[in-house]
Amino acid sequence: MKILVCISKTPDTTAKIAFTDNNRKFAADGVQWIINPYDEWYALVRAIEFKEKDPATVLHLVTVGAADAEPIIRKALALGGDEAIRINTDSHDAYTIASQIAAVAKEGGYDLVLTGKETIDFNGASIGGMVAELLELPYLSLATKVDIEGGAVRVIREIEGGEETDSTSLPVVISCQKGVAEQRIPNMKGIMGARSKPLKVVEPVAVDSLTSIEKFELPPAKAGVKLVPADQPEELVRLLHEEAKVF
Amino acid sequence: MVLIFIDQSERKIKKTSFEAITYGVKLAAQLNTTAAGLVLGQTDDDLSSLGKYGLTKIQQVDDAALNDMDAQVYTTVIAEAFRNAGADTLVMSANLTGKAIAPRLSVRLKAGLVTGAVSLPDTGNGFVVKKAVFSGKAFAHVAVQTPQRIVTVSPNAIRAESGSGEAQVEKITVAVPAAKVKVESRDVLKGEVSLADAEIVVSGGRGLKGPENWGMIEELAKLLHGATACSRPVADAHWRPHHEHVGQTGGAIAPNLYIAVGISGAIQHLAGVNRSKTIVVINKDPEAPFFKAADYGIVGDAFEVMPKIIEAVKKLKQ
Ligand SMILES: Cc1cc2nc3c(=O)[nH]c(=O)nc-3n(C[C@H](O)[C@H](O)[C@H](O)COP(=O)(O)OP(=O)(O)OC[C@H]3O[C@@H](n4cnc5c(N)ncnc54)[C@H](O)[C@@H]3O)c2cc1C
Ligand SMILES: Nc1ncnc2c1ncn2[C@@H]1O[C@H](COP(=O)(O)O)[C@@H](O)[C@H]1O
Repeated sequence: MKILVCISKTPDTTAKIAFTDNNRKFAADGVQWIINPYDEWYALVRAIEFKEKDPATVLHLVTVGAADAEPIIRKALALGGDEAIRINTDSHDAYTIASQIAAVAKEGGYDLVLTGKETIDFNGASIGGMVAELLELPYLSLATKVDIEGGAVRVIREIEGGEETDSTSLPVVISCQKGVAEQRIPNMKGIMGARSKPLKVVEPVAVDSLTSIEKFELPPAKAGVKLVPADQPEELVRLLHEEAKVF
Repeated sequence: MVLIFIDQSERKIKKTSFEAITYGVKLAAQLNTTAAGLVLGQTDDDLSSLGKYGLTKIQQVDDAALNDMDAQVYTTVIAEAFRNAGADTLVMSANLTGKAIAPRLSVRLKAGLVTGAVSLPDTGNGFVVKKAVFSGKAFAHVAVQTPQRIVTVSPNAIRAESGSGEAQVEKITVAVPAAKVKVESRDVLKGEVSLADAEIVVSGGRGLKGPENWGMIEELAKLLHGATACSRPVADAHWRPHHEHVGQTGGAIAPNLYIAVGISGAIQHLAGVNRSKTIVVINKDPEAPFFKAADYGIVGDAFEVMPKIIEAVKKLKQ
């Protein structure tokens, strides 16, 4: 089986969110970058498990990003995977990113493309479905369990109001969330080994973007908390009813 | 023309679709054009009654093959209906169905997609949609550059507005391709308010000590017709089911009221709930970071405070 895992870089979950350039750019100064948690904890670890079970499995990682994405893809390689591909563009348009991944996926003839549920910075939850459509493959969104046996795919996934068990056959695109695998910590051997794994840089294919971000905005600051004494909880209920009018 | 995809779950049309209809109808008015609804599969609901949300026309592909939501099949059928209707804008909920099909449709129709809109687009100069980014810590204004566009509407971002009226229901036929994915089984919560749809959410954290203490969380949620949620360590410890976990790596919700009991308010937890309209925090530690994000709070022991709150709500509801 040939697997492609999509890896994106995001600001650390505790990073301060601020903007520069008239609110047109994320203020990246001093920000720690991490592998998008859904990509790392679930998509990548599950792919590594497939390779551990069948060492003939080929496992490639792909990221669409500028050179500053390389430390992140190396970090991902430290967890596992044979080689990484970086597509050299830092577009934030989902269609552009998906088109790059689809081009690499087509050329590499992968049986399985795994993505995370969503990026925790842009929250599009779009790339997986777009890649699947570009490759004309089924897309199993929001998987919580992924099993593959001799080309047969069985997935439990979250659907509106509950969950569903689906079966299909490879090739397929799957987006992964909690349940698919357990987070792993890279070990020294992995970190050292990652340095010598190949990291290919490819130039992007030409596509027209469909969207662009005009500006960012921070939510208004909260007015401050209104505290109610612990021995008067009925006062809280009154405030919620009469002042906040939430019930 | 604005085409509104009306999603159903188990042959019933849900609240998120009413919100999408209100959004689509208002958008059509703003663009000086018409709106129509699109329903796939058979339904137990009376579609003409959706006219009360301002829709005058609904198309239905009344085909049993569409009773299962297959993303590829739905994409083909919706794209066909969209083209046949001469629509330029497609609106649907950013619910789980929307997440599965909107990206595919964006590629199929070459239509710029904005997922999780929190307000109506700015159409004064172009088509710019506001959505939450950085896990609710900021918003982005996204310009759609294509003549065709798709907007998915974040649950609870807009209130469904109903009045009176009846929609004309037209059955249309569209060729339905065979699905490549087989649905083996489906497990849908019946009767319960789903977390994403809930207007009120009562949530518990590690401060509640163990799963045996969730009775008061459930009772308050039930009294308020709300849903229950939890912090990540609570789901990790299997005190509560995984789908209740909210935060940066769990569900993101935006209810009218979020009541957090025994939750410290770590930044990763806030990321999933910070778009709630009113936040109430009950925590025995006055330094708990959650108080900084709260509108109302009680510094106290949940085991003493919660039963009294439940009593007061019961009294109010009498
Ligand atoms: C990358 C990453 C992603 C994460 N994603 C998420 C996420 O999606 N969602 C999430 O929730 N967390 C997430 N976390 C974890 C997060 O950082 C916190 O550890 C977690 O939210 C803490 O859960 P808690 O508030 O229930 O527990 P604690 O931090 O242990 O807090 C318990 C609180 O209960 C209070 N308390 C104790 N006893 C009582 C009592 N009797 N009455 C009232 N109050 C009481 C305490 O004062 C304390 O504030 C993530 C962490 C990382 C690093
Ligand atoms: N720039 C990128 N490079 C590689 N994969 C990406 C990139 N952006 C997003 N993805 C993948 O697509 C998933 C969904 O992203 P999004 O649609 O942006 O929420 C992520 O979890 C990643 O697996």
